[in-house]
Amino acid sequence: MLYDVFVDPFVQMAQMPDLLVQTLWEGLVAGVLYALIALGFVLIFKASGVFNFAQGIMVVFAALTLVGLYEKGVPAFLALILTIGVMFILAWTTERVVLRPLVNQPDIILFMATFGLTYFLIGLGEFIFGGNTKTMITEQLFLPKGAIDVSMLGGRVTFQKLDIAAAVIAGAMVAGLAVFFQYTRIGRALRAVADSHKAALSVGISLNQIWVIVWFTAGIVALVTGIMWGARSDVSFGLQVIALKALPVLILGGFTSVPGAIVGGLIIGIGEKLGEFYWGPLVGGGIESWLAYLIALAFLLFRPQGLFGDKIIERI
Amino acid sequence: MFYREAGQYKSTYESDMAVFPIRQDLVGVLAILAAAYVIVPQMGNFFIGTVMIPFLVFVMASIGLNLLTGYTGLLSLGTGAFMGVGAYACYKLTTIFPGVNIIVWIIISGFFSAAVGVLFGLPSLRIKGFYLAVATLAAQFFLQWCFVRIPWLYNYNASGAIEVPARELLGFAITGPNAVPLTRYFVLLTLVVFFTWIASNLVRGRIGRQWMAIRDMDIAAELMGIRPLHAKLMSFAVSSYFCGVAGAMMMFLWYGGGEASDAFNINLSFNVLFMVIIGGLGSLIGCFFGAALLHLVPIFLKFGLPAMGVPLGGATAEHLTHIIIGTLIIFFLIVEPHGLARLWATAKQKLRMWPFPY
Repeated sequence: MLYDVFVDPFVQMAQMPDLLVQTLWEGLVAGVLYALIALGFVLIFKASGVFNFAQGIMVVFAALTLVGLYEKGVPAFLALILTIGVMFILAWTTERVVLRPLVNQPDIILFMATFGLTYFLIGLGEFIFGGNTKTMITEQLFLPKGAIDVSMLGGRVTFQKLDIAAAVIAGAMVAGLAVFFQYTRIGRALRAVADSHKAALSVGISLNQIWVIVWFTAGIVALVTGIMWGARSDVSFGLQVIALKALPVLILGGFTSVPGAIVGGLIIGIGEKLGEFYWGPLVGGGIESWLAYLIALAFLLFRPQGLFGDKIIERI
Repeated sequence: MFYREAGQYKSTYESDMAVFPIRQDLVGVLAILAAAYVIVPQMGNFFIGTVMIPFLVFVMASIGLNLLTGYTGLLSLGTGAFMGVGAYACYKLTTIFPGVNIIVWIIISGFFSAAVGVLFGLPSLRIKGFYLAVATLAAQFFLQWCFVRIPWLYNYNASGAIEVPARELLGFAITGPNAVPLTRYFVLLTLVVFFTWIASNLVRGRIGRQWMAIRDMDIAAELMGIRPLHAKLMSFAVSSYFCGVAGAMMMFLWYGGGEASDAFNINLSFNVLFMVIIGGLGSLIGCFFGAALLHLVPIFLKFGLPAMGVPLGGATAEHLTHIIIGTLIIFFLIVEPHGLARLWATAKQKLRMWPFPY
């Protein structure tokens, strides 16, 4: 038993390095997507202190809108632009209808409000576009198809072109966001708000405006995530449960750290795939559904604030 | 005019802290109980089976979660799984000891859930808030995985689900295919009333006040001599106990087996959390309001509107339900962030004055 747990998986890894690389790559790609969802959470949490449960459904909603519009006969790129517009309307409405009346309420109330938003978006999405699963319009958006086989380490490793594109686009987006945060006027305002709401208000930054921007940014991130995820599997509301995986990612990375979300996402993605592939068969498989949470739980016991999070200081 | 406390003097501390400090409250609750035992059974099997039985099960689960989230301030997203533990424990117990009355097992199965709850409540000693929510999500997904992957739990049967055996009480079938909704309703109602009474006494007493002290500020509570380890784990245990009993009730008195293997999923956890928060955190009567609102709205949309002549397809009704529930959650949070229970308290306050301005 102990041999099966502590020795055998590593022997397998050493014997078939190509499989190991393949698993690592799968984990990396899954991790990128987790990281993207977590990124949406972090953006909103930093700027408004709201733990946005609706991020997962925003991903689905964005993808659904895109595909739904295309199916209704709108050209692909026009649909993309229209979807961005929809995400902006969503951000604006959310700020106006949900966040503004609830300002200064306890965290859990805001959290609940995003639950309400989740339900609303599920209903709205299904109502307009139907509840059946849809296929993402990959070709129309010029996303690459097919796979590259690379011979290495005495075997063949398959890289889906789409996955490579996803990783590249995610990387570009994170870099873009970093530049946006660091060098633009709005970015500076965002960072100011993240540091302190009151101080930001007192120097004349409009909180409401910032919230719209930040929810819009999260909406864009959701759209990109939705396209990537939809292209890998399909566009359905089942994605919502997967979006919950962003929570352990946040715990690992810390609730307020953008790099933390990325690193956490990669760790969770890789850890999950390795665990499932090498240790999963010992207990009958399917451990992917809870392994991430367990990793996060174990991590919490040693570093409650996450890898990059702010240290939690409590006073009476 | 009717709801007036003038003339009801309290001369002891006990009478001041009574469950019903005002006589009219006692009368009101007795009237509601009488209605539940006498009038509701007249309303036909459909009403009892579709509306009342699930409502009572949800009330039980909401009370469980409210003890944890509302009274102790620990957020949990594992309610569904803890309910599942209760259901599976009850199933195992009643198949191993078929001679013992099923109600005994429903009540005892909660203890298994409590043990699991304490285990997953251990992280709460170090973390709280959303971090704890993720820790309980671990419980949710891990236990759900166990329900599917450990065949021993469902007695190796082919369907992989709980097959509710037929059991009797005083000659009436209360579980299994022959149980009519009416008998199940009476059993359920009695259990829920009993446990609500227990809960209301728990939260008034030493234990409940410890929980509330921890909720309001844990460090201060610790300095006052409350042991967080005891109080928090106690809260997890009691909460999971209630949830476990609710799960056993759900499986044996509501579902009656069948399509049940997937019942204790994350959506159930969320639903119960909605009920608690919409109803009012830290309020037992809020559990009733929350469960009523979130359970009745979908039923009304599904059956009520077509009956009133508004044609509504199954799928559309479901979508509309989602939209309406989402809007309701946001609406109630904006109108009264402290839940329906606070609205109720305000209404009672107003009623005290009525019809005079002051």
